[in-house]
Amino acid sequence: MSREIELHRVAHARSGDKGDRLNVAVIAYRDADWPIIRTEVTEERVRALLADRQPGAVRRYELPRLQALNFVVDNVLDGGVNQSLNLDGHGKSLSFRVLEMKVAVPEGWIDFKEEELK
Amino acid sequence: MVSSRGETGLGAGSGSIRIGCGAGFAGDRLDAAVPVVADLVATGGPACLIFEMLAERTLALAQLGRRNGGTGFDSHLIARLEPVLSDCLAHKIPIVGNFGAADPAGAAAAIAELARRLGTRAPRIAVITGDDLISGGLRPELRERIRAELPEGAEAMAANVYLGAAEIAAALSAGADVVVTGRVADPALALGPLVAHFGWGFDDHDRIAAGTLAGHLLECGAQVTGGYFADPGMKDVPDLARIGFPVAEIAEDGTMIITKPAGTGGAVTVRTVKEQILYEIHDPAAYLTPDVVLDLGEVEVEQVGPDRVAVSGARGHKRPETLKATICYPGGHLGEAEISYSGPNALARARAALEMVVPRLTEEIVWRGDFIGVSSVFGDDGNRHLGVTSLDARDVRLRVAVQSESEQAVEAALHEFGALYTCGPAGGAGLRTSRRPRFHTASALIPRDLVAPRWNWSEA
Repeated sequence: MSREIELHRVAHARSGDKGDRLNVAVIAYRDADWPIIRTEVTEERVRALLADRQPGAVRRYELPRLQALNFVVDNVLDGGVNQSLNLDGHGKSLSFRVLEMKVAVPEGWIDFKEEELK
Repeated sequence: MVSSRGETGLGAGSGSIRIGCGAGFAGDRLDAAVPVVADLVATGGPACLIFEMLAERTLALAQLGRRNGGTGFDSHLIARLEPVLSDCLAHKIPIVGNFGAADPAGAAAAIAELARRLGTRAPRIAVITGDDLISGGLRPELRERIRAELPEGAEAMAANVYLGAAEIAAALSAGADVVVTGRVADPALALGPLVAHFGWGFDDHDRIAAGTLAGHLLECGAQVTGGYFADPGMKDVPDLARIGFPVAEIAEDGTMIITKPAGTGGAVTVRTVKEQILYEIHDPAAYLTPDVVLDLGEVEVEQVGPDRVAVSGARGHKRPETLKATICYPGGHLGEAEISYSGPNALARARAALEMVVPRLTEEIVWRGDFIGVSSVFGDDGNRHLGVTSLDARDVRLRVAVQSESEQAVEAALHEFGALYTCGPAGGAGLRTSRRPRFHTASALIPRDLVAPRWNWSEA
């Protein structure tokens, strides 16, 4: 049994940019969250989330020691900060676009904040 | 007075060194370095202060400023250094910064003048040059390489190669109190002092990688101490108003602890450090710098105390054969107009305003619209998001960005928005327009033998 929640409760994230290339690091909050993001947050799903911007290449790198994934996405920054007409030419907000992804967690899973309160 | 500090600030060799960061970009807080220097002085031991202030566009703006008769270096340089220069000189804490921008010699002269005004001992100021590929008149083979990256007819405003840490290290080893650079790889600002202090060889790839990682973690200032991190309820950060900038304590074996001055706001946790490790990284196994290819695959972080995170495991591979240069050239003009529609039917009126203006824009104008209050940044970049409907949007700000190579065309486009007051839909309010020139950037890979980095004592 599983249920769906927002990735925002499982992982934190930060965006960076170089030209028209975006990177989003997705980092598990806890050990228990690492297998979830590793399974759920795939290249295909990140591509689908940014589909309205028609991404070029989407690559995922795994950093098991940091329990993090690094996504590198081409051509979603409207040419990059020096050419984009988007208010967010750096794509800085796109880390939170990725954190909107719905991911499956096991029944009974609680987020790290709920765990802290127990 | 600190007793543990020797006669020379760096070069003790075996003991660890503390490197503090006083700015992570040109617009950073002007007083950020003050608690950092106080911490370096109070702790004692070898220490260095770095400033990273040179984004891609910052250098083009500096070059433009210099051509227009202004300074070619950061106008806030003196305001940043004034509160810390005396303490740094008194306690032999060298300062390394890329605040030289397009005119490192001019920046050095300004710092010398500041020291005279403050009545400090005369600082030994080193200036690093060789990054600027344009100002000295281009060598023919360089001219061809740069031209090949630009569109037909475009003229480069700035072309600078990212230099490594060797010249910074050499200047510090010779006793520099201040090292002024133009374009260097950001991590080199910290790697240079580490090489000077420990005597690391550039063929010791793992140590050079560790120093590069230290620089990477420091170079964005508070981004590793809880800045650009807070997400209330999930990632809470105390006292952002007084956030402490980072200090790295690096040991001879390349392991390090990231921390911040006592009594400041912010937080150093494994989470803040992990976010910064991966900031602006592409392939984590191959972060290319002038001095090493940094491999982050085995890097580990561990919380070893409050606001203290140990970082280890950086691996390095032989440096790339070429150096990266960034070229800036004129990129036309950007105009922006905004006007608000509120209350019943707000979104429909904002859309009607857009539909009134767009047919009147000339063919050379490229535009993008946003209905702020419904969406401002998540929309796609083809205006497909403008079809959005929202029943509860009752306070919407239409924003239109326009771009053209022609300044006049942008000016004329912005003029059209003024007429929204009298010709447009009902209730439009708070019109604002602005415009500014833009720069495009291109990259080129330059063979090392075409670049001649060097350092000299400032003559000021």
